[in-house]
Amino acid sequence: MTAKANKNDGILCVPIMDDMTIYNAQSLKETLLGYCHAGTQELQLDLSAVAEIDSAGLQLLLLLKAEAQKRGFTLRLLRHSEAVIEIFELLKLGMYFGDPIVIPANWKKS
Amino acid sequence: MSDINPALETFSQEVDELLAAMEEALLGLEGTPDDADCINSIFRAMHTIKGSSGLFGFDDVVAFTHEAETVLDRVRNGERAIDAELVSVLLACKDHTAQIIQHFLFNEDEPLPESLHQQSRALIAQLTGQSAAVGGMPSTQEEKADHFEVDDNTTDSSDNWVISLAFKQNALRNGMDPLSFIRYLQTLGKINEVIITMPTLPRIEDMDPEDCYLNFKIAFSSNADKRTIEDVFEFAEDDCDITILPPNSRQEHYLQLLADLPEDQVKRLGEMLIEIGALTEKEVAHTLNEQCADDNLDTKPLGEMLVDKNILQQPVVEQALKKQEAVKQKVNKESNYIRVDAAKLGYLINLVGELVISGAAMRLMVDKHGLSDVDDVASTMSHLVEDIRDTALQLRMVQIGETFTRFQRVVHDVSKELGKQIQLQITGGESELDKTVVEKINDPLTHLVRNSLDHGIETPAERLRAGKPEKGTIQLNAYHDSGRIVIQISDDGKGLDPEKIVAKAVAKGLVKQDQVLSKSEIYHLIFEPGLSTKEEASNLSGRGVGMDVVKRNIEALRGSVSVDSELGQGTTVTIHLPLTLAIIDGFMVEAQKERYIIPLSMVEECVEMNSDEWQIDDTQHYVNLRGQVLPYLRLGDFFHKNKKHTHTQRESLVVVRFGEAKAGFVVDELHGENQTVIKPLGKLFENLNGIGGATVLGSGDVALILDVQGLIQHAKKQVNPTLALSSSV
Repeated sequence: MTAKANKNDGILCVPIMDDMTIYNAQSLKETLLGYCHAGTQELQLDLSAVAEIDSAGLQLLLLLKAEAQKRGFTLRLLRHSEAVIEIFELLKLGMYFGDPIVIPANWKKS
Repeated sequence: MSDINPALETFSQEVDELLAAMEEALLGLEGTPDDADCINSIFRAMHTIKGSSGLFGFDDVVAFTHEAETVLDRVRNGERAIDAELVSVLLACKDHTAQIIQHFLFNEDEPLPESLHQQSRALIAQLTGQSAAVGGMPSTQEEKADHFEVDDNTTDSSDNWVISLAFKQNALRNGMDPLSFIRYLQTLGKINEVIITMPTLPRIEDMDPEDCYLNFKIAFSSNADKRTIEDVFEFAEDDCDITILPPNSRQEHYLQLLADLPEDQVKRLGEMLIEIGALTEKEVAHTLNEQCADDNLDTKPLGEMLVDKNILQQPVVEQALKKQEAVKQKVNKESNYIRVDAAKLGYLINLVGELVISGAAMRLMVDKHGLSDVDDVASTMSHLVEDIRDTALQLRMVQIGETFTRFQRVVHDVSKELGKQIQLQITGGESELDKTVVEKINDPLTHLVRNSLDHGIETPAERLRAGKPEKGTIQLNAYHDSGRIVIQISDDGKGLDPEKIVAKAVAKGLVKQDQVLSKSEIYHLIFEPGLSTKEEASNLSGRGVGMDVVKRNIEALRGSVSVDSELGQGTTVTIHLPLTLAIIDGFMVEAQKERYIIPLSMVEECVEMNSDEWQIDDTQHYVNLRGQVLPYLRLGDFFHKNKKHTHTQRESLVVVRFGEAKAGFVVDELHGENQTVIKPLGKLFENLNGIGGATVLGSGDVALILDVQGLIQHAKKQVNPTLALSSSV
């Protein structure tokens, strides 16, 4: 199981436990798609455990964001991992997702 | 003065020098009021001080010197006369300028004291004759803007490379990670903005997370050139459509480079743009491929496609096209033909001929003395001489196209006259051949074309009845074939009727009633004198004079002509011509210690055997060659009639063919192939029987070139007429 949901009043908090890469993009998509149903009002993704993210993973996040806007629920990304922050920086995506990014104190930019 | 920074110090020195020069010039003006140099140097002083002061933000200096400069500019343009009064005002201005600059240099941040301000205004009033109140401030602003304009531009935020990446569906599966390319791109410059679009994104349910839907548009600032940036995406090429649009500042750069491109040769648009770095080879290749793949008839030109595809900005393409056009014109002007006196050219060809001969002579000596070390040098030189010969002969070559196009008019006029619809198609007009040949082929060609027009192509009504398009077609075609040029005149008319031709030929006594002739032999009969299949003669053709003349003309050029036809389908006349008349490949033979050259193209075969083995019929004057009756000629006897001579034991028979006629020349010895430079015979010998020209051999001896056509005729005359006919047809 890549992710485990905590359900609370239409707010889903899902920690992503795995890398977001092409290798598990398929299962990740299935999982995420599963949360996109009528009852969902807010989907929170905890990205702290994402040690690696590539274009396929990024693509899924973008897709989910678009889907959220379409279906009218909120997507929140929480606790971005270093890997996630790095590509958000690279592609100036912070503004697009609009979630506060907390840069950890021991942040080291490679 | 100690704490003035170095730049200001330089400024101060410069101002001192300029003002000193200005003073000197002003004083000089008192003597010679119209000295342009003096006025210029005063103007320059004010202008430079204004500019430098602007850099340091000394607005008041700028304001003041600006007014002075304006006045001086008018003086310079002759709009204002310089007089003693103006000179004294200008001198005052000079002093005042020095004063206010001193003030700023030593009291950096303090504003100009009111007294100096007043003085400024007073002087300006004196200069311009206006009221002092219209002082400098507005213009100061203006000037300031002027000076900082350049800086503004360079920091323009829109000055970015725009890189568009459209990844294909399988990019991710193929192991591409778009992000890694963008990461690498960072090493070359700064990514200012990224826009991610997913234009082909399906519904989330149908989306395959292993497909790539990402398109990137990246605003990128970097000093790298286009090649380098393109190379970043080198590995993504197959899985990604990449366009790299250069920033606007690059445009200027490209335009400059375009202007600087050398104008020595016309280049293709793509090449030019690659050269200046605006395009990369890949982009050009890619766009050209696309252009080719586009089946649309009205394909866009390369430049337009580049702009459409956002690879390049319009102005750069336009400029490149303009440049290309300019170069084209220039080159055209330069590479225009040089008109050379034909006589000079002829002289050159003659010299080359001599060169070929002396080359052969040298060869002879080298072989004779067995100088192996000279051999290499001699071979190299022979090659060079051959090249020179070919090039020199090339000079006389002209395209046959011009001759062909002249027939457009003929076809147009004649078809109107005859009430036929005929079009002329020309192909191979770029084939080249010797100018003399072109001139001489014109008449026979005209005749053949007129024949096609008159006899070949039917009237529209007839054509429709025959199920052919109303409009007839005549084709003129030329091509090179193994050192000769082939000219074809073909029509899609009614073709030749073999039966009619045979009937006519029998009536004329050219062939016997029961003679069996092949198709090509029958067609060849039309070249016989007095044979025309047209019942009544028109004013164009059909009188039966013509085809034989055509044939003779062509054969005089050492060419040959043949006809092929299909009844009801059309006729094709094919003419073979040598490319040049000046130098030929000859075949050298010897008879009675005299050497002769037979044009190699006319030699059919050589038979060498003991004379007693031959079945020569001396009375009937023919030789039996494998059962074939062949008229023959003993060259030795023919040319040395009065000489008594003995036949050598071994003789050779050279079988020559001219057109369809064949004959044998009996000679003593065969010498083989020889490059023959044809030397025309002098007036005195022009009408000699059987000799067409002469050539000089390497040994210095003269060899005669045989007029094969004449000799064959002669040989035939000696033979019993009935035998001659069967052998010649």
